[in-house]
Amino acid sequence: MSTTTPPGAPTTTTTGTPGVLGDSADRPDGVAKVTGNFAFSSDLHLEGRLWGRTLRSPHAAARIRSIDTSRATAMAGVHAVVLAEDVPGSPTFGMEHRDQPVFASEVIRHHGEAVAAVAAEHPELALRAARAIEVDYEVLEPLVDSEAAITADPIHPDGNVFRHIALRHGDPDGVTGDVVVEGSYEVAMQDQAFLGPESGLAVPDGEGGIDLYISTQWLHVDRDQVAACLDLAPDKVRLSLAGVGGAFGGREDVSLQVHVCLLAMVTGRPVKMLYSREESFHGHVHRHPARLWYRHHATSDGDLVKVEARIVLDGGAYASSSAAVIANATCFAAGPYRVPNAAIDGWAVRTNNPPCGAMRGFGAVQTCFAHEAQMDRLAAALDMDPVELRLRNALATGDRIVTGQVITGTAPVREVIEAATSHPLPDAGPDDPRVLPGGTGLTARPGDVVRGTGFAVGYKNLMFSEGFDDYSTAGVRLERGLDGEPVATVRCAAAEVGQGFHTLALQVVRSELGIERAVLGPTDTSIGSAGSTSASRQTWMSGGAVQAACQAVKRRLLVRASERLGVAVDGTRRELVALRDGAVVEVDGDGRVPLADLLDTPIDEVHEYHHPPTEPLDEHGQGNAHVSFAFAAHRATVDVDPELGLVRVVQVATGQDIGRALNPRALIGQVEGGIAQGVGLAVMEEMVVEDGLVRNPSFTDYLIPTTLDMPEVVASFVEQPEPGAPFGAKGVGEPPTISSTPAVVAAMRAATGAALTRVPVRPGDVVGEDGGVADPAAGPGAR
Amino acid sequence: MSSEILPTTEPEAEPYRLQVNGREHTVASSWLGESLLYVLRERLGHPGTKNACDQGECGSCTVLMDGRVVCACCLLAADAVDADIRTVEGLGRGEGPDAEVDDVQRAFLDAGAVQCGFCTPGLVVAVHDLLDHRPEEVALGVREALSGNLCRCTVYGRVLAAVARVRDERREGRGGGLADGGPGGQQGGVET
Amino acid sequence: MLADEESPSRLLEACTRRGIAFLRDGRGAHVRWDSGSRSDPSCRDRRPRRRGPCCREGGATLTVARPRDLDAALAALAEHPDADLLAGGTDLVVEVNLGHRRPSGVVALRRVGELQGAEITDDMVDLGAGVTYAQVEADLADVTPGLAMASRTVGSPQIRNVGTIGGNLGTASPAGDALPWLVALDAQVVLAGPDGSRSLPVADFLVGVKETARRPDEIIHRIRAPRVPGPQHVAKVGPRNAMAIAVASVAMVVDTAARRVRVAMGSVGPTPVRPLAAEEAVSSAVDWDALTCPADAVDAFGAACAAAARPITDHRSTAEYRRHAAGVLAARTLRRCLSE
Repeated sequence: MSTTTPPGAPTTTTTGTPGVLGDSADRPDGVAKVTGNFAFSSDLHLEGRLWGRTLRSPHAAARIRSIDTSRATAMAGVHAVVLAEDVPGSPTFGMEHRDQPVFASEVIRHHGEAVAAVAAEHPELALRAARAIEVDYEVLEPLVDSEAAITADPIHPDGNVFRHIALRHGDPDGVTGDVVVEGSYEVAMQDQAFLGPESGLAVPDGEGGIDLYISTQWLHVDRDQVAACLDLAPDKVRLSLAGVGGAFGGREDVSLQVHVCLLAMVTGRPVKMLYSREESFHGHVHRHPARLWYRHHATSDGDLVKVEARIVLDGGAYASSSAAVIANATCFAAGPYRVPNAAIDGWAVRTNNPPCGAMRGFGAVQTCFAHEAQMDRLAAALDMDPVELRLRNALATGDRIVTGQVITGTAPVREVIEAATSHPLPDAGPDDPRVLPGGTGLTARPGDVVRGTGFAVGYKNLMFSEGFDDYSTAGVRLERGLDGEPVATVRCAAAEVGQGFHTLALQVVRSELGIERAVLGPTDTSIGSAGSTSASRQTWMSGGAVQAACQAVKRRLLVRASERLGVAVDGTRRELVALRDGAVVEVDGDGRVPLADLLDTPIDEVHEYHHPPTEPLDEHGQGNAHVSFAFAAHRATVDVDPELGLVRVVQVATGQDIGRALNPRALIGQVEGGIAQGVGLAVMEEMVVEDGLVRNPSFTDYLIPTTLDMPEVVASFVEQPEPGAPFGAKGVGEPPTISSTPAVVAAMRAATGAALTRVPVRPGDVVGEDGGVADPAAGPGAR
Repeated sequence: MSSEILPTTEPEAEPYRLQVNGREHTVASSWLGESLLYVLRERLGHPGTKNACDQGECGSCTVLMDGRVVCACCLLAADAVDADIRTVEGLGRGEGPDAEVDDVQRAFLDAGAVQCGFCTPGLVVAVHDLLDHRPEEVALGVREALSGNLCRCTVYGRVLAAVARVRDERREGRGGGLADGGPGGQQGGVET
Repeated sequence: MLADEESPSRLLEACTRRGIAFLRDGRGAHVRWDSGSRSDPSCRDRRPRRRGPCCREGGATLTVARPRDLDAALAALAEHPDADLLAGGTDLVVEVNLGHRRPSGVVALRRVGELQGAEITDDMVDLGAGVTYAQVEADLADVTPGLAMASRTVGSPQIRNVGTIGGNLGTASPAGDALPWLVALDAQVVLAGPDGSRSLPVADFLVGVKETARRPDEIIHRIRAPRVPGPQHVAKVGPRNAMAIAVASVAMVVDTAARRVRVAMGSVGPTPVRPLAAEEAVSSAVDWDALTCPADAVDAFGAACAAAARPITDHRSTAEYRRHAAGVLAARTLRRCLSE
């Protein structure tokens, strides 16, 4: 059954009551956050702690001839200077491949690569000490062209190709279409730009072990890498999640974890590290820049026949999660359509550009920009309405995607398209500079502005794929509180990065156990892994783990009650005792035992939750590699000043496939935030990298949307419960980021007639290379 | 009260006094180049004000100085003497984990304007400043007033809803209840 | 022992058990880390040696001077010639945060009375160097409309509350938002030095990229701009609709008394560009009684301004786009002024 929720409808709590699944339950950390009392990793303090600071390479490619630390170690107040030779264990780390040095020792492979670290008593002193380290570099010519990298001399012993997938589906050599459109596209390097800088506090325990309080997306893989690099047994390395100031993929890889722990071990003192914004841009992975070539074939009626594509993702200096990102990009390269034949080559390559890895959307963002531009070109070539073309080819349950996998879950592609396009278009704005392109710069008057509307739809997987068992673990302990009433404590290592998993965990407990009082235990490595906060997976996986633990607790409650009541727990086909309203009751009688009476001793259950296994992709990119899929459509309306190439995004309307709304207030927050990142990629966000050097590692020049850039968002949600999902709910974090970018650019094309094959669109792209203005009358115009 | 004596480096500033949230603090020893943001967080035990960029480009360090919003990262701490400084910790009632939230803070929570929360203190201070000076400000004026505060998680939809809610509640002289543009879930748009 | 209420941060409990505190108001929250006997004795606390003269009390060279009048400010600067002048802090303190500047001393100017306020006469506006963008926006919109338009685009409300016109001049960035308007109006900057005052045109004061004619012992005191009848407009192209560094800007004053179109362009040269030939040509074409201008003369004016620009290509924009944008802004700004 499907419901499309109209705007303005769902429940919210107005009285501050905690809430069960489906309610807009309050954040447990909300009061602390609004009062400034929430402890982010940068807020932790321990008297006696030293400050750590990294020294990073100013070159994109170089050989290190020598490193002289003598001036640094001689400085008063400096307690340690560490280099590669001081790393006791594995000299390299990495999420999937340990190909990245903790500190560079012979070779520099990217701008900002870590060379050394210091610990000192004051952060200014640490900065001076780092700068006092003399590194003699032999600067080399960097490899910066991703196409050339495929065949160029390797810049790393593991080679320059992280992965090549040659996806062949159907009979791509044997068929062509009546109508063929071809195009080349480019996606520049986006950054996660989370506001909370990298930070952590490492405390040696004096017995050869260490505690690390850290912002991250996955405690356990951080722990494993720290342990390997420090040559410690994993149980000697204990990680606790400190407050995280956003992540969006940029915290999945290790940044300062090994450095700060090493400094703490070497000095025997607690060490805190806190990246400046500039260092943050150098210190985490970015979204893969992409070059994409596509050729779409269709019948003259508009049925897709074949999609050919070549995708090259620039993974930068080290592997990170490039192998998985290119897999995603390739699997979803044709879009949410029935495509009977496909030949898609996806490459992820190594260059001397900054390392790239996970960012919200994970490969699907890049290909969606291209395939949606192609669909618009195809619609124009067919003289067909662009939305009609999507509807005609839309995937549905039972269809096969280009990896050969049949979609067995929900696939409401038609519904999300209809939902996105159902919203009224925005009115013309007031004659106020704040809603005109150029804003308070007073560059335009209404007569200088053209409005356009564009549309796009996209999808990706939920959870990890290709046979990866990204399970989660959760523990629930039910006991009597101090006041005699039952209270449940949830323990789960799932990283809360702002998305609201901590809120959801408590909602699950309240729903499953029917009690009001639920609290969070510490988020640390004392319990098993919860997997990464990424891939839109925590609701399903860690929510599922919490649910499973609750169900085990419930079972034991029923057993205890049945002993008290003298009734068996189960009859032939049904329960004879049930949990209802804070008690266990006899289903067929009057017996009733309040929960508190069953808790003379606590009940503690820990469960691992696994999703169904998936398969790797074979040599043709075929296989049942994914657990589930989520779909979204976006329609954007923009006002463009074609003569100056400036834009204001007026409205983004969306329809999104969510399975079930578990917390409507949190849901809309995730959707708006995701759309904003899509808008940012469309019109302003780009790491400018020239010859391997990052030119804009600051918020001055890496621009994210302000209040005057953010459009109105109108959203409808399609709730078709997903079979197999613990609550029927799908993850919602990534779909808003995927098709919002191409929708905005399509709208700009409609307004200006400019081809706009690159994102972010720069004013000069609209205006034209020679400064000539693209003729707005030449475009399809506003719909 | 005196700040905790923490390590410093040269050149040092002479001791100075700051007035923060109505209380006087002596900074007995510090490095000359420390910003007000650093001193608030590291010496005076006021970590509520955040440090997302240290460049005046994000507003996460917004505090009130003599009744005007400023970026604490752009102020030399040693020059912030003779000023009335108010931080997020000075809002609401009470301190520490038992603090009660004020109407702006409550509206942020109710509207869903808090996700990771890193931008939240700066925004809460900026909203207070806005509504104290321009209680009738709507729509575009609200956006412009908050254009110096970056948010990467919510990107403002829920924040603007929170501001509209507080403005309407204060105008009507009541607290609580839904106002237009409140957390109506799907209708993310607020008056543009 | 269980808390009987939801604790928003279990982390705090875990930390407190280990002796780690959340940075908090100093009452009891800071816990001494206990290293016991296991600490490495070589890691003794090594405090840096204190520096000599600048820490002397009783009127010796201070590291931070907070003068209340101009004479005291000049005296502080004379006593510590290497000291940095600090106005709003949005340039200096940010440079220090980034590790690009290491002040040995600071002379803070925000309390100096002579740098405050605006004196307005019929033909002159005399601004203190310490006047902030927010003050210009709020209080001088009628008197200096173009400067108020420019001020509105600077940074953010937080920056505008502390950033000063004098600071904009002292930093002399090619993208300085107040500078084109000052140049278009032939404004003068008044410098105060140990030997007295001197005044020079802003256009001569701005020498190059972040380079001015200020001598190290001088302080920017006042800025004097003529009050000129006629429409004014300032337009700025930025890559975002708020908090944007100008990629190209134009400041224009249509001086109906002198019958001259005055214009200066920002971000398209090391200092603001004043296209005098373009000014002259269009000033002759304008019908000064009707305040109209033929369309082809407006277009020619735009092209002439674009040709006069000397932009560079950098990570923010290309020279081609900057030139193009300057030309478009010039033409549009003229049309806008004439239609008001």
